[in-house]
Amino acid sequence: MIRKAKHKTPRKTKAKVASKTINICHGTSCIEAGSGQLEVAFEAALRHKSLSADVKVRPGRCMGYCHVAPVLTIEPDGVTYGNVKLSDVERIIDKHVIGGKILKDLLVPAEPAYPSLQPLSRAGFFEKQVLIVMRNRGRIDPESIEDYIANDGYQALAKAVSEMEPEQVIDEVKRADLRGRGGAGFPTGLKWEICRRSKTSETKYIVCNADEGDPGAFMDRSLLESDPHAVVEGMILGAYAIGASHGFVYVREEYPIALERIVGAIEAARDYGLLGEGILGSDFSFDISVVRGAGAFVCGEETALMASIEGKDGRPRPRPPFPAERGLWGCPTNINNVETWANVPPIILKGGEWYASIGTAKSKGTKVFSLVGKVKNTGLIEVPMGTTLREIIYDIGGGVLRDRKLKAVQTGGPSGGCIPASLIDLPVDYEELSKAGSIMGSGGLIVMDEDTCMVDVARYFVRFLEEESCGKCTPCREGLTRMRQILDRIVEGKGKKGDIELLEALAKVVKDASLCGLGATAPNPVLSTLKYFRDEYEAHVYRKRCPAKVCKALIVYRVIPEKCTGCQRCVRACPVGAISGPRAQPHNLDQSLCIKCGACYEVCKFDAIAGDAIYVE
Amino acid sequence: MKREDSMRITIDGRRRRAERGQTILEVAREAGIEIPTLCYHEALTPWGACRLCVVETSMGGRTRIVASCVTPAEDGMVVRTDTDRIRDIRKMIITLLLARCPGIEILKSYARQFGIKRIPFEKGSEDCFLCGMCVRACSEIVGVGAIDFAYRGVKTDVEPPFGVTSSACIGCGTCTTICPARTLTLEKVFARRTMHCKKEEIVGRCTICESYYSGV
Ligand SMILES: Cc1cc2nc3c(=O)[nH]c(=O)nc-3n(C[C@H](O)[C@H](O)[C@H](O)COP(=O)(O)O)c2cc1C
Ligand code: SF4
Ligand code: SF4
Ligand code: SF4
Ligand code: FES
Ligand code: FES
Repeated sequence: MIRKAKHKTPRKTKAKVASKTINICHGTSCIEAGSGQLEVAFEAALRHKSLSADVKVRPGRCMGYCHVAPVLTIEPDGVTYGNVKLSDVERIIDKHVIGGKILKDLLVPAEPAYPSLQPLSRAGFFEKQVLIVMRNRGRIDPESIEDYIANDGYQALAKAVSEMEPEQVIDEVKRADLRGRGGAGFPTGLKWEICRRSKTSETKYIVCNADEGDPGAFMDRSLLESDPHAVVEGMILGAYAIGASHGFVYVREEYPIALERIVGAIEAARDYGLLGEGILGSDFSFDISVVRGAGAFVCGEETALMASIEGKDGRPRPRPPFPAERGLWGCPTNINNVETWANVPPIILKGGEWYASIGTAKSKGTKVFSLVGKVKNTGLIEVPMGTTLREIIYDIGGGVLRDRKLKAVQTGGPSGGCIPASLIDLPVDYEELSKAGSIMGSGGLIVMDEDTCMVDVARYFVRFLEEESCGKCTPCREGLTRMRQILDRIVEGKGKKGDIELLEALAKVVKDASLCGLGATAPNPVLSTLKYFRDEYEAHVYRKRCPAKVCKALIVYRVIPEKCTGCQRCVRACPVGAISGPRAQPHNLDQSLCIKCGACYEVCKFDAIAGDAIYVE
Repeated sequence: MKREDSMRITIDGRRRRAERGQTILEVAREAGIEIPTLCYHEALTPWGACRLCVVETSMGGRTRIVASCVTPAEDGMVVRTDTDRIRDIRKMIITLLLARCPGIEILKSYARQFGIKRIPFEKGSEDCFLCGMCVRACSEIVGVGAIDFAYRGVKTDVEPPFGVTSSACIGCGTCTTICPARTLTLEKVFARRTMHCKKEEIVGRCTICESYYSGV
């Protein structure tokens, strides 16, 4: 007699797979496009298929594929998928993770696609742009100094060294009224002058801040990758003006190509006698080294950045003393952002007056923005200061994705504010943005449509900043955590009376009393959404309702039997198998299994899935 | 005092002379104006982290909120140490720290002084409010630098470098003496210190008076 097999076959057969990691981008654009939901859906589906042990799901950093957000990478295969929808989860697991096949329709090209390389059918995209900083992008080979020189490169330096006194260089930058592009908008010429005049020591340094820690921002990386010599030339001009003998480029570690290009550019400049002893035959000497960033967002803050270059703990310190008096190793130091430096050569070459003729009364020149989120054309854009949000979103951006209604624009990176659609005609410059409760920051612009929950947005940014807080000062360290806890409570439907007021009081203290700019700006997302979208907070707290239908705890999905045709689309889309039912009959949705990912709601062609909010009377 | 080194500032309506380089806190204390502090110590480099010492300053029409322990006085500066805004900030800071470390006497006494009755946050159980005095004392006074901050954000903690046993610690006890949290949690702080250094044997405890001593 044949003996019965010892074990019964398990009911669910576990597929054999090699261990993999699915990195789901948690950059701003991807979060906006629903990467949080994707993550939940993947985890649930993997659990369902008993694959959780072999396949890990991890949040990843922005990879610059924001135009096809949400993005995920499957490692070790090195495959990147974009525009991933909830209904693709099943397919990715079955075909790729288990089957080892690549899904061609989801694949994104290996190199981030920059707008300048995109087809000219997007003509509207270019019409309103004025390229000063991005003058060479896509037009020259960034690895060729000869190309840069052939396009007026190092002409400004030659002019300065042969015809101008250092003070004249400073005057020209002052005449241009150039302001720092790294966030605060401090007048660059003035900063240079203070540093030049500082008597703290003879030795002076300059620094290029390329830390760029904002999730979803990639303007500085793009500049370093596409035109590194513009930054190098700007720095040499600055060093000449200030009297600095050495410069540092502090580059975020996650930017390997940018690092390679800037190192290459510095070497090439040295070979040409543009760096080193006696530059261009003068008695001016200057050299640059490249420092890899420590990886924390707060290291972009200038005092933390200097501590990090000195090899110390990257935590901010109180100012004064300002870097221009006491910077690196106690010597006067001038720090500017990548984009600020890249603006300098054209200013010296064409004159400050020319530059100051572009822009608004107090903000001159152009600004590079990374336009992302729910907008048709995404990417880096460069526009004159004072261009309105309407022009940026509708003329350049081509309008809101799927022609939905615009709800808000978030500017200035994680610590910026949300500007409501009613202020669409706001001219974008330092003053106007700050009046509206936001900041220029480094130039992030996230377009949000009516499906965005503003409380959830505020929570996302506060959580990011809480994690990035260095922990030194009380308001930022303790306050942000408490703010996040209150926001968590609100989106989970557990908000209490008094929460909104407490949140507001905390936000004010964190803003007023924090030691560095991180804490001082961190409450902006909360304060601006409270200012313009207070009713949404109230709906969450008092009516336990998420008007945008985003906050999961406040939504239940159910099948509307009268509308359901029993087509079974939702059955296939649901990553956890919560929907069942025979063909052509109304389906059942099991609430205990539902992870509220909304995949069924998305795929149903008959509007038979309702995702309404719970009303508590 | 040379003439150009002397400046005039107004604190809470009183005119004072200040020397160049003096902080607002120093000038205020000389004038007998009390500003509460938590991370400031005369013997240490100001750190500017607790933010309890904030004051309002106006210079040339611009009002700012600054930490008085790290902000130098400037000629013509008008300082106000007790406005509504300042009181609100101080209350919130004590509330936040007390929510983190509910047991610490110095925080409780400030809470009484400020009339704080309710802590609207979930209570933690930390015994260190990260004033950094121990870290600065160990490096600036003792010259040893056996302890430092580790981690970021609310997870920040005081530890020997890289979290491993510090062979640099000489068991002098300076850190524990200077710790302002010590009043109520003497034992914990010592425990903390042995934890910092992971060298239990360097701290002994007298069996008669029950006080701790350095056992090097
Ligand atoms: C938390 C924080 C992060 C920052 N990150 C950056 C950054 O990534 N890049 C940058 O250029 N400036 C950053 N800044 C601003 C710098 O402190 C500094 O103001 C700037 O580099 C000065 O250059 P600019 O005058 O050319 O703008 C940051 C500031 C704060 C408070
Ligand atoms: S504001 Fe935040 S990041 Fe800045 S010093 Fe304070 S804790 Fe650190
Ligand atoms: S006991 Fe150790 S850690 Fe404390 S101050 Fe002395 S040497 Fe530093
Ligand atoms: S252990 Fe004491 S001295 Fe050290 S940071 Fe904490 S509270 Fe301050
Ligand atoms: S690729 Fe995900 S935010 Fe940029
Ligand atoms: S005493 Fe000034 S910040 Fe702590």
